[in-house]
Amino acid sequence: MSSVQEIEIRDSAARAAQAADELQDVQGERMVLNMGPSHPATHGVLRIVLELDGEVITKADPDVGYLHRGDEKIAENMTYTQFIPYTDRLDYLAPLANNVAYTLAVEKLLGVHDKLTPRCQYIRVMCCELARISAHLLGLGAFAMDTGAVTVFLLTFTEREKIYNLAEAASGARLTTSYTRIGGLLRDVPPNWCDQVRQFLKEFAVALAEAETLLTRNRIWVDRLRDLGVVSKEMAIDYGLSGPNLRGSGVEYDLRKNQPYLCYKDLQFDIPVGSVGDCYDRYLVRMEEMRQSMRILAQCVDKIPGGGANASKEPVNIPDGKITLPSKQKVLSSMEELIHQFMLVTEGVNCPPGEVYFGHENPKGELGFYINSRGGGVPYRLKIRAPSFVNLSILGELMPGCMISDVPVILGSLDFVMGESDR
Amino acid sequence: MTALESANQLKAKFGDLVTEPTEFRGEISLGLTDAEKIFEVAGFAKQTLGFDFLVDITSVDNYGEDPRWTVVYHLRSMTANTELRIKTNVSEEKSELPSVLPVWRSANWHEREIYDMMGIRFSGHPDLRRILMWEGYPYYPLRKDFPLAGKPTDLPNVAFTKPAPLEGGPFVTVAGGGDSIGREPRVRNPEE
Repeated sequence: MSSVQEIEIRDSAARAAQAADELQDVQGERMVLNMGPSHPATHGVLRIVLELDGEVITKADPDVGYLHRGDEKIAENMTYTQFIPYTDRLDYLAPLANNVAYTLAVEKLLGVHDKLTPRCQYIRVMCCELARISAHLLGLGAFAMDTGAVTVFLLTFTEREKIYNLAEAASGARLTTSYTRIGGLLRDVPPNWCDQVRQFLKEFAVALAEAETLLTRNRIWVDRLRDLGVVSKEMAIDYGLSGPNLRGSGVEYDLRKNQPYLCYKDLQFDIPVGSVGDCYDRYLVRMEEMRQSMRILAQCVDKIPGGGANASKEPVNIPDGKITLPSKQKVLSSMEELIHQFMLVTEGVNCPPGEVYFGHENPKGELGFYINSRGGGVPYRLKIRAPSFVNLSILGELMPGCMISDVPVILGSLDFVMGESDR
Repeated sequence: MTALESANQLKAKFGDLVTEPTEFRGEISLGLTDAEKIFEVAGFAKQTLGFDFLVDITSVDNYGEDPRWTVVYHLRSMTANTELRIKTNVSEEKSELPSVLPVWRSANWHEREIYDMMGIRFSGHPDLRRILMWEGYPYYPLRKDFPLAGKPTDLPNVAFTKPAPLEGGPFVTVAGGGDSIGREPRVRNPEE
């Protein structure tokens, strides 16, 4: 026996109006509640000024900027290479992906983004996908914990630890990776790294399935997420949402597919999309994205040029002394390489005048770098289009009509990072 | 429709108001000579050309040149998967241009950020407040004449008012500052 149940999903304005109607006779004074900037559910230092009628939110005004460090100003005062460590601190849950995004933007300005060596492209893709899994795991763990499911947090953090170990093996640092260089990478991955990734994928598949059994059909979880924070297709595009938040609303747009970069063209993966655009859809999209990232990683470890140990000595850097640093051996024994090294370190990579925008599919959405260059090794203006900043701008529209207990759920489902939003 | 075709349509519609599209690294840019017309151009780009997604708005400070400000719009069409950049100049005396908020709602925070960082105002914006800096902060920090280390303010009780201890710190080089010694503030003359 099956039965059909009609569900009406109303937008936030309609729900606010309904709430106001229902509470007509008990309507009293509005209360202003200041949530954050130091609140566990605001994932950092977001502050929201909520106007409440009882427990119903009538107005929400997000206030960002508590983590503003002036990254764009700093970038104007240093060479392109010197700015790479600052990108670690944008979305600090996925530093590897930020490194890749930034260097790809500079390489686009140089006109060498399609000349990267195949091995470098594969390693960068693997870094991006590991970063995606890592960021989604934290987003999921914190999201579940905010709604009361603490076990998931412990599970996802165990897996994140393994990704940190992989990042450490590759770059030498767990968090502040700074792994990419303009035209290549800091160094090749260690010989057994691909085997470690394989091992991780095996273990992670089990852990992800376990996390999923804890949540996806969990009655409490579903009840709290479903039909909450509904973002329609048109609204998502109008507000400039990107990443899983855009796809959760059913817009099939992923920069890895729509504007393929690196070697994403050679890899097979699917773009999950939601149907309703509520918090539950955004959760499901992220879960599926992690599975697709595993699929990409599994293909990469098999297809990486030179194999895991790089037996055929495939280069990872563009062989151009004006872009990438020569080997230490060469610097100490050859005049030309010494000059190149000196010029690169003191003056920076000499970029042509012009302007480029490069958008990268980061775990949180489209991380874009707009570089305005007047030539030389220093950007004249560098603008960071931070996905979290744009995604947060929808809060004022999404929250009215919700209960105060829905706030952590909506915030968790939007999955933002303030380091990136405030720059 | 490719980005170039869209740019040519804009050119056909607005004539001399729009400059010839240029291409660099596969990206199409065009200039708008009168910033006051940005609202009409944005509306046409969205309604007729299908640029439904506003990727970003940003501004550039051409310090020492006239006009001083360049405001840069990055548009995207989700259906045609094309991108277009529109640039328009604003003079320092005016420092104001129409808001495109009624066209794309994502413009809200982008325009607030530009106002906060560079002090360019957007007429018609309903809520033009500072967004990253705090309310009452007296400067526009992304202007080229604002020093990297910050400036002291004489306003009481607005966080700390001394410059951040960045000046003379490591890895701070000055754009276009001659040779590497001039650009490296850690280098000190032995006499000093």
